[in-house]
Amino acid sequence: MLHFLMRRVLIALPTIILISIFVFALQKLLPGDPLLVLAGEERDPEVLEFLREKYRLNDPIPVQYLAWIGNALQGDLGTSLRSNQPVTELMAEKLPVTIQLAVMSMIFALVIGIPAGILSAVKKGTVTDYVANVVALSGLSIPNFWLGIMLILLVSVKWQLLPASGYVPLSEDFWQSLRTMVMPAFVLGTALAATLMRHTRSAMLGVLSADYVRTARAKGLSERVVILKHSFRNALTPIVTLTALLFGELIAGAVLTEQIFTIPGFGKLVVDAVFNRDYAVVQGIVLVTAVGFIFMNLLADMMYFVLNPRLRGQ
Amino acid sequence: MPVSGTAKSQDLASADALLTLKDLTLRFKGQTNDVVHSVSLRVRQGEVLCVVGESGCGKSVTSMAIMGLLPGKATQISSGKLSFLAQDWDLATDCLPTEVRGREIAMIFQEPMTSLNPSFRIGDQIAEAVQRRRGNSRTEALERAEVMLQRVGIANPKQRLRAYPHQLSGGMRQRVMIAMALANDPQILIADEPTTALDVTIQAQILDLIRDLRDETGMGTLMITHDLGVVAEVADTVAVMYGGQVVEQGPVAEIFNNPQHPYTIGLMSAMPRLDRPGERLAIVPGTVPTISNMPEGCRFRTRCAFATAACAQRPKLRDVASEHEVACHFAPLETHVKVSA
Ligand SMILES: Nc1ncnc2c1ncn2[C@@H]1O[C@H](COP(=O)(O)OP(=O)(O)OP(=O)(O)O)[C@@H](O)[C@H]1O
Ligand code: SF4
Ligand SMILES: [Mg+2]
Repeated sequence: MLHFLMRRVLIALPTIILISIFVFALQKLLPGDPLLVLAGEERDPEVLEFLREKYRLNDPIPVQYLAWIGNALQGDLGTSLRSNQPVTELMAEKLPVTIQLAVMSMIFALVIGIPAGILSAVKKGTVTDYVANVVALSGLSIPNFWLGIMLILLVSVKWQLLPASGYVPLSEDFWQSLRTMVMPAFVLGTALAATLMRHTRSAMLGVLSADYVRTARAKGLSERVVILKHSFRNALTPIVTLTALLFGELIAGAVLTEQIFTIPGFGKLVVDAVFNRDYAVVQGIVLVTAVGFIFMNLLADMMYFVLNPRLRGQ
Repeated sequence: MPVSGTAKSQDLASADALLTLKDLTLRFKGQTNDVVHSVSLRVRQGEVLCVVGESGCGKSVTSMAIMGLLPGKATQISSGKLSFLAQDWDLATDCLPTEVRGREIAMIFQEPMTSLNPSFRIGDQIAEAVQRRRGNSRTEALERAEVMLQRVGIANPKQRLRAYPHQLSGGMRQRVMIAMALANDPQILIADEPTTALDVTIQAQILDLIRDLRDETGMGTLMITHDLGVVAEVADTVAVMYGGQVVEQGPVAEIFNNPQHPYTIGLMSAMPRLDRPGERLAIVPGTVPTISNMPEGCRFRTRCAFATAACAQRPKLRDVASEHEVACHFAPLETHVKVSA
């Protein structure tokens, strides 16, 4: 397994480098001069030249890239052109927000998606199965922004049950923090629940007709044990893998949902940075989320080993 | 032909039936014909009943119906009475309760490679069966599992408890299945072709094992097989199935020495030699019609050398000798041949 992981990491490295080159290059090709943003009203050529030197914008692009990646490897992602804050600091501020949102969304997705998937597999071909599939399909096709806006209108504006927007850190006020996060998490979570439900269903269908499930029944085990232990345990691998990947996507940012609920997470940070031509921030975020995504992939691969006795210990 | 178990089956002829199945008829939803039609079987204490017949004749379906393992939604059982443990169940409306399944009646399957759960240690899989049934603690159940592994001839049972199925060979896995099935001392063991998937030496070992355990515990065994060599070795009584029906049944010596149904006679002449066990039958000329193409009347009509117009009527099972029943209009054949000659 260690050998396998090493190989995966070795494959991941060039992927990360490629992504960083791509993003770096793309930024340089975009129209608009970040310095004009930075310098504001000040249009003195000497000031501009000074800034250009400072941010090494006169160097050839490959040299700029090498300088950037060299610093990045030492944990320095540069400073924001706009706020003059180190990029790492900016991200460290936003990361807990995004992670909290991702975790809460994932909980919604798992709690809804997995039982629904198991149920519709066990009840295959019945009304229950049909209803679950229709709901899942609607879950997939209803856009998040629409659901988000509808929820705000109903729950916050009409019934005044939950705050429509804003963010309170967990450490400041635990319950208020959950209250502000629950709607966006629900919006993101239901969309993922649909995906999870369909994968759970097909994994369970593959397992329910297995010979060992028949053996479990022949032993006289209750139907609950047959399904939740003997069947579900064997359907778990694709579900866990998918969960890790979906979580990676959540970290990478739920731009629209964060915008709608004005949650100051990664999604919002990256959108603002793109509009402001805040290169360092965009690059930093892309790099970090790419690494995060690849890490979740690795985790998924590892779970694959952990869950399969046949592969364990190899 | 030398046939073992003859004396024994005579001794037990009067013994009480442990399990009887009466008139089982079922079809799968969407099909137009019965997969199993009016099948009756009886297993006595300490006795091995072998059910034989070509592939697809309904052997597995019959045994799964007894166990209550057929998919309820896809199966339509129109009749069938199961008597067991001084109780009756109407299989058309209900099936064996889970307290009975796995405790009083246990089953091992045709597919040793896939019948154990790949995700759990075999010790836990055996212990689980014990725990559910006896209310033992996990430790006690694992001790019982160890005893069972020892009993089915697995070396180092204590270490083996921690093995996963993929670490065992097919023969070992079938032994584990047997250990699991017998862990609760069932009164009836249903063994659906327990050796078909295994190689010849392992086959002999598994058969010996089942026979020894039968002698030790006095359980009744319903053994399904393709292999007349196996029948000769372990059976006390034999039921021959064709196209979802029992066409002949009786004590093993009768079936081997005095077969009466044309299909059984075909099987016997096609029988592999006993010194070459493991060869399949199905060398009776012609092929089995599919369930939807089964002829009216005698289902063997399309392949029977003796068939006449009378065979458009379905023949009933009837006695031709003590305990020996045949479903053919012309049984007993000798009489009929003499009469017509
Ligand atoms: N779940 C099912 N749905 C529909 N048809 C089935 C199902 N299970 C079995 N059958 C059909 O029922 C018939 C009897 O099958 P069964 O498995 O009992 O045969 P068998 O005598 O055990 O054969 P083999 O020796 O190959 O195991 C076959 O024609 C089979 O195709
Ligand atoms: S009833 Fe007729 S067709 Fe059927 S086995 Fe007897 S002779 Fe053959
Ligand atoms: Mg079978």
